[in-house]
Amino acid sequence: MTAAKLIRGTLFYLLVAVIVFISVFPFYYAIITSLKTGTALFGTDLWPQVISFTNYVLVFSSGSFPRNLLNSLFISSTVVVLSLLLGITAAYALARVAFKGRKVILFAILSVSMFPQLAVLAGLFELVRATHLINTPFALIFSYMIFTLPFTVWVLTTFVRDLPMEIEEAAIVDGATPWNIIIKVFMPLMWPALVTTGLLAFIGAWNEFLFALTFTSNNDQRTVPVAIALLGGASDFEIPWGQIMAASVIVTVPLVVLVLIFQRKIISGLTAGGVKG
Amino acid sequence: MANAELTTSIPVVTAPPRRSVLTRQRVRSAWLFLTPMLLVLIAVAGWPLLRTIYFGFTNTSLVDFDNHKWIGFANYLQIVQLKSGRILYSGVLVDPLWWRSVWNTVRFAVISVFFETFFGMIVALVLNAEFRGRGVVRAAILVPWAIPTIVSAKMWSWMLNDQFGIINVVLLNLGIIHEKVAWTASADTAMTAVLVVDIWKTTPFMTLLILAGLQMIPTDIYEAAKIDGVGPLKVFWRVTLPLVRPALMVAVIFRALDALRIFDLIYVLTPNNAQTKSMSVFAKENLFDFDKFAYGSAASTLLFVLLALITIMYLWLGRVNLEGGR
Repeated sequence: MTAAKLIRGTLFYLLVAVIVFISVFPFYYAIITSLKTGTALFGTDLWPQVISFTNYVLVFSSGSFPRNLLNSLFISSTVVVLSLLLGITAAYALARVAFKGRKVILFAILSVSMFPQLAVLAGLFELVRATHLINTPFALIFSYMIFTLPFTVWVLTTFVRDLPMEIEEAAIVDGATPWNIIIKVFMPLMWPALVTTGLLAFIGAWNEFLFALTFTSNNDQRTVPVAIALLGGASDFEIPWGQIMAASVIVTVPLVVLVLIFQRKIISGLTAGGVKG
Repeated sequence: MANAELTTSIPVVTAPPRRSVLTRQRVRSAWLFLTPMLLVLIAVAGWPLLRTIYFGFTNTSLVDFDNHKWIGFANYLQIVQLKSGRILYSGVLVDPLWWRSVWNTVRFAVISVFFETFFGMIVALVLNAEFRGRGVVRAAILVPWAIPTIVSAKMWSWMLNDQFGIINVVLLNLGIIHEKVAWTASADTAMTAVLVVDIWKTTPFMTLLILAGLQMIPTDIYEAAKIDGVGPLKVFWRVTLPLVRPALMVAVIFRALDALRIFDLIYVLTPNNAQTKSMSVFAKENLFDFDKFAYGSAASTLLFVLLALITIMYLWLGRVNLEGGR
């Protein structure tokens, strides 16, 4: 009986170990690779003989990578602020006010969140070209609204709807306007939902590739995913794997840290919204 | 779709006559609050979609973008009879490369969603049990999800590298393969490589959705089953699976929609590989790389129609609560 229990327990922890190993190893290996230079790069040591930061120095000193980082940071932060601003007011209207057409709007929002990006790529290209936004950060800020906005509105609406009606009624009795109700009553209560949706919108914008690839045409305007994808050499042997891994680690570590700090909020946001960030 | 939830979740705006001015004021400000959001959605989604559909019926090219004319269905299907009597067919609908990419995408979606559900269920069951170190495991499985797709594509193409990749070295040492394999370039293995990376990256998302479903199941059901002496496998098939099925269905259709529009991973991990080219990659290449903008727009439209049909099915099956929740 106890022997069977012991075997079961061992097998369970073996499974747990396999899950953790598979999840974490590729990123671990990327970090290790980024710390190797020269011929060591082409060995498969799981621990570098000599730890070298050459790849990191090269990534930051040559090419436009620092600029690409700033682009990504600027674009992602702006996208978060804009989608939260538009999202909060819309969520209040959709969750708290009974009006004709609400169902239609919610249906439209849900439909847009299912759009394949390719379906709007040609039309968006025409739009950003005609408005001369092409090859500027604003083309990306604008186009990223297509995936951050529906998600933000949807999750915030769910959240506002679940807040008790009484808190608002008191404010209405006091004669507060809807705008004041949002700012004074809802905003302080909505922080958890704002952090979650803001973070997921940030991750979505930070990782986006297709629009960034299509709407930027020179190195200085690119975001980091495109910069990493296009880092290459003249031939297969000249691909700077060490630098690619260093750049990858630089853009991923902040995300992993954020996700681990806010893991509970992110999990609840993902499952409540059901929308992939 | 109109189910009982709709009636219960409409906020009770108790409106005695005295308040009707207030109600009207609230409705007015609701529209005021919604307008900016709706305008942005129309500008970024509605209008571009209509333009994409329109371009599919024109001869637009990148070289002379503004001068284009309506050519009807020619991008989809054109039948020309030559003087010799031979009939030529052209257009996306008879393009073998398009159908190849449809087949690649559907195959990718079915296999990846199947394995993601399978592994997601296993990991979710593990995380649903109480054991020491559960927090560590939950944190660990979030790592693949947090890594940008492009970064995971690059990480894996390094590990799968034909010359220096660690996977070839390990498999050679274990005697599983006898010579190094060019996983991402060779026609036989490219799709497998894409599947492995996608399953690795997306199983965490599936796990979280299934786990949320598992945690909704009241624990006393399990206790009752335990008292009755029901074995764990039977409990899974008879209790857990039926109860988690609604959450599972939503997760599966959601993932399937996502898999059918795959672009990034395939574009970066296996560039220019006919065996993995997806519908999205096909459309993007025609739009911007092959200078067949109109043709690419037609392909994009077909992709949209396909996904719209599946979305309608999803809304119908998932009985999504349109009052703002799920």
